[in-house]
Amino acid sequence: MSTALSEHQRTGPKAPTARPARPRRAGRRQQGLACAVLLAPFTALLVAVFLVPVGYAIYLSFFGQDHEGLGFGGGTTVFTGLRSYLAVLGDPSFRSGFGVIALYCLIFVPAVVVGALALALLLDSGLIRLRRTAQMMLYLPHAVPGLIAAVIWLYLYTPGLSPVIDLLADMDVHIDFLGLNTVLPSIVNIALWSGLGYNMVIFYAALQALPREVIEAARIDGAGGIRTALLVKVPIIRGSVVMVCMFALIGALQLFTEPTLMHQATPMVNSRYTPNMYIYDAAFRRNNYGLASAASVILLLVTCALSYAVTRWAGRRERSAR
Amino acid sequence: MTALGPASARSSGSGLTSRTVANTVVLIAALYTLLPGLWLLLAATKNSDALFGSDIFSFGDFSLGHNLTELFSMEEGVYGRWYVNSLLYAVVGALAGALISVAAGYAFDKYDFPHKEKLFGLVLTGVMVPPTVLALPLYLVASGIGLVNTFWAVFVPVLFNPFGVYLARLLSSGYVPTEVLEASRVDGAGELQTYFRVSLRMLGPGFVTVFLFQLTAIWNNFFLPMVMLSDEKLYPLSLGLYTWNSSATVSPEYYPLVVIGSLLAVVPLIVAFVTLQRYWKSGLTAGSVK
Repeated sequence: MSTALSEHQRTGPKAPTARPARPRRAGRRQQGLACAVLLAPFTALLVAVFLVPVGYAIYLSFFGQDHEGLGFGGGTTVFTGLRSYLAVLGDPSFRSGFGVIALYCLIFVPAVVVGALALALLLDSGLIRLRRTAQMMLYLPHAVPGLIAAVIWLYLYTPGLSPVIDLLADMDVHIDFLGLNTVLPSIVNIALWSGLGYNMVIFYAALQALPREVIEAARIDGAGGIRTALLVKVPIIRGSVVMVCMFALIGALQLFTEPTLMHQATPMVNSRYTPNMYIYDAAFRRNNYGLASAASVILLLVTCALSYAVTRWAGRRERSAR
Repeated sequence: MTALGPASARSSGSGLTSRTVANTVVLIAALYTLLPGLWLLLAATKNSDALFGSDIFSFGDFSLGHNLTELFSMEEGVYGRWYVNSLLYAVVGALAGALISVAAGYAFDKYDFPHKEKLFGLVLTGVMVPPTVLALPLYLVASGIGLVNTFWAVFVPVLFNPFGVYLARLLSSGYVPTEVLEASRVDGAGELQTYFRVSLRMLGPGFVTVFLFQLTAIWNNFFLPMVMLSDEKLYPLSLGLYTWNSSATVSPEYYPLVVIGSLLAVVPLIVAFVTLQRYWKSGLTAGSVK
């Protein structure tokens, strides 16, 4: 794509063909120049912090520092082909990272979609007092940075620090929030806390845009509040539902902050718990850039494939619905 | 938004009970979202001993002042440094980033050039690729050109905001009528002059929206600084608090500092959110209509 860019810069000044009605050459040239000036900083960033790094990671994933056996110090860069990819894909700890993500999605996506949708429908039902205040309170955790949300909840999971654990102990309930089977739900809970209100606002905005006549018609036909919500409102805003699901899935693949913090507190979260943690571990604990690059490229491909698949699927649903 | 409120549901049958149930559910959800924040607020007033053990709601040992002094004097006041860094990364970064994104989005909307839609397709790909995937590739490039462990290694990548470009293109087609540009051209104003004097002003609310989204994203940034930085003096708050938290597992006197440090780190975004609420919403809605 950088070729398209340089071509644009080359031909920029005479490029615009927007106004055939006024073929004044000087004006067109000026427009092209202005367009190039306005676009230049962004395209420079696009190349420097997006295309070049991705390209370089792909390059590095096929080459490796070869200093096995003879130990000539610095080592030479040699073409290793798919060796890094095979090493990554053959590594059980990388594959188990995707297993963790899958399990995480299985709990998180239904929880956040159902929760946010239910709250949005309730707010839209007209039954709620102080609607604005409620909305703001629910949205507030989204303004808390991810790491700090994780710190708050980690402390609420830590015996001795946590009033929750004390309270439960008074009721003779003893839960280890950082145990083998509870640590993943505990991580999901952090993400849910942060994302519930945010997604609720997206659904609520979509609901507010619904034509009121449709809702009235359903009501006149005798549908109750709950039936109207589930059978009329939800199907109409399913575009937003698909979008929220998609971003939840893509976000889940990037899971890093919460488990990294948990890793400091519990042995149940190892240093390669998620794909991103695996990448960090490969690059900075094992100093294997080839391995880390290959893992990054795989994660990038999975992310793109997933978002492409979901958008395609959503598009087809949209079209067939018409 | 409430002005558009739905028709009253009072007519729909079993009024009082469903109203009570609905309000209770929302109340429980609001408690769930608020109580952890309240805990943070209360815990920030406790010293190390009180934090462990005693009742969180007792105000017997109120040591907010002591915690604050400790916070800013620990390790030669490095926390203040982190705070300034975060403000620099986030506020300056979001300002510059929003200027760049809005200019690009405007150019995409108002001008034609070869391969425009292909380039825009690349922008949309950028929206889909989360920044964390790029962190390691960026590190590899930065280490190649010797920029690792510098201010720029964190500052420059966060300027790239393809979602901002997408949003700005959408807003530009909505807010800036082509007739205004035509009029300005007839008046003999230069294209860039028109952009800065007329269009940018009309894009003002959109600019604030893009700025806010980017501010949050940068303030949230954790993976990139963790990968790029090894010098504590360059850390943003998130990374600094993370290292203090790992110190706390060995020496518990760090716990109160992490707690009060977290509380102060949340303040700017809460303020930005509450004062500029309507801009967040317009961005969210614009994002969801696509």
